Amino acid sequence: MPKIIVEIMPKQDLLDPQGKAVANAMHRAGNKEITAVRIGKRIELHFDREITEKDLEEAKEQASAFLSNDVIEDVVSVTKAD
Amino acid sequence: MKIGVITYPGTLDDRDAQRAIRLAGAEPVALWHADENLKKVDAVVLPGGFSYGDYLRCGAIAAKAPATKEVIRLAGQGLPVLGICNGFQILVESHLLPGGLIRNENQHFVCRDQKLKVENNQTAWTSLFEKDEEILIPLKNGEGGYIATDETLKMLEGENRIAFRYVETNPNGSMNDIAGLTNERGNVVGLMPHPEHAVEPGFGPDTSIAMKSGIDGLKFFQSVLQQVVNA
Repeated sequence: MPKIIVEIMPKQDLLDPQGKAVANAMHRAGNKEITAVRIGKRIELHFDREITEKDLEEAKEQASAFLSNDVIEDVVSVTKAD
Repeated sequence: MKIGVITYPGTLDDRDAQRAIRLAGAEPVALWHADENLKKVDAVVLPGGFSYGDYLRCGAIAAKAPATKEVIRLAGQGLPVLGICNGFQILVESHLLPGGLIRNENQHFVCRDQKLKVENNQTAWTSLFEKDEEILIPLKNGEGGYIATDETLKMLEGENRIAFRYVETNPNGSMNDIAGLTNERGNVVGLMPHPEHAVEPGFGPDTSIAMKSGIDGLKFFQSVLQQVVNA
C-alpha cells in the first residue's frame, strides 16, 4: 500500500519523561550501556493510489502545521514508502 | 449576556464552567465542537478535560474543530475567550497564545489548591482583580509545563502578557512560573488552573477563614460580564 511516513521526535533539549521512564526500566533489566531513550512518533498516511510529489509536499506542510508542534517537537522526516 | 461553553468529545469541566457562568449572573450557552457558528454569544469558555482523548498532542485536534475555527475568527474581532486547562492547551495549539505545554516536570499528575498572582488585571477576564492580587484556585493537570523560546518569553515579559504566575510552588516546571497568558488585545486569556472550581462557598478551596470557602474563581466570570455590559 502506498504511504507517506512522517517521523517526529521531541526536541533534543526537552525532557522526554516517557523515554526517561523506559530508560530506567531498561537499566533495571541490565541494559546498563544505554545512556538515554527518547520516544517519538511514526505517523503513516495511507493512499489507495500512487503518491505524487504534491501529496508529499502537502504531507510536509501538515507535518509541521498539524502533526507536530514546533515549540516542542522536530519533524525528522517525511518520506514515501510502498 | 450569553457566554458559550464549547464541549469537545472528552471535555470534562463544561458543566462546571456553565455553573460558574450562571453564578456570576450570565447565561451559559452549550456549544458543540462541530458547531459552525457560536450562536451569537458574547464570550466563550474553552473548558478543561481531555478533548479527543489528548490524541496527537493535548488540544491539537480540538484546535482544528469547526467551533474552534469560529473562536479563532471571532477572537480576532475582540470576542472574549477564556481557555481553562485543556482549553489553554487548545488556545496554544490554535496559535491564539504562544508557546507550548508539556508533561509536568516531576512526571506526576498534580491536583492541588494553587496560589496564583494576578500579574495583568487589564484583560477581559481579570479586570475585577487588583494588580498583583494573590488568589487561590484548584489546579489539576498532567501536562501543564509551560515552555516557549527565549525570544517569546522575553516578548511575554516585556509586553505584560503573563496574566498569572504560580506563587510559592511551581507545580509543573512552567518556565518563568507562568500559569496563564493573555493575547496582546487582552480578550483571550488561557491558564492551567481552574477558576470554575472556586465559585461557590462550600465547594471551593479551603481558606484561612473557613473550609471550602474559596471563591476567587468567580471574579473571572464577573470580570467578563462587566466588560461586555459596559461595552
